Amino acid sequence: MVNSSDLQALWLTVRLASTVTVILLLVGTPIAWWLARTRTWWKGPIGAVVALPLVLPPSVLGFYLLLTMGPNGPVGQLTHALGLGLLPFTFWGLVVASVFYSLPFMVQPLQTAFEAVGDRPLEVAATLRASPLDAFFTVAMPLAAPGFLTASILTFAHTVGEFGVVLMIGGNLPGVTRVASVQIYDHVEALEYMQAHRLAAVMLLFSFLVLLALYSWRPNPKKGA
Amino acid sequence: MAGIEGRFRLDWPSFSLDVDLTLPGRGVTALFGHSGSGKTTLLRCIAGLEHAPQGWLSVDGEVWQDADRWLPTHRRPIGYVFQEASLFPHLSVLGNLRYGRKRVRDAQRVSLDQAIELLGIGHLLDRRPDLLSGGERQRVGIARALAVSPRLLLLDEPLAALDWKRKQEILPYLERLHDELEIPILYVSHSPDEVARLADHLVAMEGGKVLAAGPLTETLARLDLPFRLGEDAGAVLDATVGAVDKEWRLARMDFDGGSLWAPDPGLTVGRRIRVRVLARDVSLAKEPGTSSIQNALRGQVDAIGDDEHPGLALVRLRVGESVLLARLTRRAAASLGVASGRELWVQVKSVALLE
Repeated sequence: MVNSSDLQALWLTVRLASTVTVILLLVGTPIAWWLARTRTWWKGPIGAVVALPLVLPPSVLGFYLLLTMGPNGPVGQLTHALGLGLLPFTFWGLVVASVFYSLPFMVQPLQTAFEAVGDRPLEVAATLRASPLDAFFTVAMPLAAPGFLTASILTFAHTVGEFGVVLMIGGNLPGVTRVASVQIYDHVEALEYMQAHRLAAVMLLFSFLVLLALYSWRPNPKKGA
Repeated sequence: MAGIEGRFRLDWPSFSLDVDLTLPGRGVTALFGHSGSGKTTLLRCIAGLEHAPQGWLSVDGEVWQDADRWLPTHRRPIGYVFQEASLFPHLSVLGNLRYGRKRVRDAQRVSLDQAIELLGIGHLLDRRPDLLSGGERQRVGIARALAVSPRLLLLDEPLAALDWKRKQEILPYLERLHDELEIPILYVSHSPDEVARLADHLVAMEGGKVLAAGPLTETLARLDLPFRLGEDAGAVLDATVGAVDKEWRLARMDFDGGSLWAPDPGLTVGRRIRVRVLARDVSLAKEPGTSSIQNALRGQVDAIGDDEHPGLALVRLRVGESVLLARLTRRAAASLGVASGRELWVQVKSVALLE
């Protein structure tokens, strides 16, 4: 079956995707909330920036991140000064890059879900003495729960499937940055087609199951009672 | 001081609001007008759901908004009922009722049980909102607003989204609120019927401005208001049941200035009741004739106003201390010699008892 270096790559992939999903839930939720509620003209530019990773080649994104986090980049100098070393070619460098890369997959479903909640339930909550933060946690979040599930699944799956950004930022260090997609690439380069097949099949099955879950699962259409 | 004093000005691209009014701090005050008249916007300003920048608002002497203070909605001791009940779909009926309840500290005025009992929803507590009928939903919405034990209850057309049958189902509950609670109510409506039934005080609005404000019976009988009620024009009398005629199944409504007989729905003598007399059901005569109309009162013409139709006139008459409106053709008015100060017989064909 799958050998130990393949397992290591798969485990690293799961670790990366989970970490990125959790971070993006924390970072993406306020961004999506703001985008769904704001009426300023900033909404357009910020929305476009959030959507950029959808259209940019991963190598472009990776290139800029490499420059920014490298020894001469502003983030690189900051992390160096803080004694954290440099981020490129580390697991956390990969996490940072993936957060940017998967940002739209978290923000856009959440934004749609928050927009669907609308103003009224929040106005009702305010007339029932709930502060805006209180209303967010007790009304907006429960009503947008299906959106949170969709966004998390998409973010996780998209992070699992990344390749170009990983190569630019993480390189190919076993156990540190060598995720499953890179491992498959290595197998193919080494003409180990059997191993490539096995790992590729795992990835294919995983992706299909995730999408199957996403497309078959329909929450009860909740009517605004 | 008791009462609500508010001053709001809003300038939106398609709508502007400019009001300055004082409302009584008790009973039901109807904010009445056609759609687009600004009545809902005014209510939302009072609730803090809209922010009129240069506004001013005090309720019972407590300032909620002035030049440098603006109390956000969740800090205002109000209850608010939206046009659609807008129940939280992720909570049960009881969960909805408790949502606001557990966030208030001062809950002296209304208990949760009282709110449930007043709206008759005790049997619905475990249900999910999407399994309720429209009328039940709105009753839960009203109970939810009451359960926060508000100092001021704001209702934004709570019946507008319901059909006639559901309205009749809810109106008695609204009347109970009026009768059994000390909480002042602001009630937005475009229905003269609801206003006549529920309100003690009337604020008529049009185009974002207040046209008239005052006690209901006086304000309804004003002829100088630029908005027209047409078929719905009429007067409201506060009466007492003076006698019941068992043989003919009629009841006599005594009011300040006379009495009227009406079919008896089963009233008891001495009960206070509100009576609505539509202008189209009132005719005028020089002599008390022998027509089928048996309710004839001696009245004096007070003023003559325009009706929606140029061929019709609205005549306001004083009957004792009370006021009635009559709607008749201008030709009939001319041939009767209707003029201010003239004494005539006022014949009332039918009255509506607003129980």
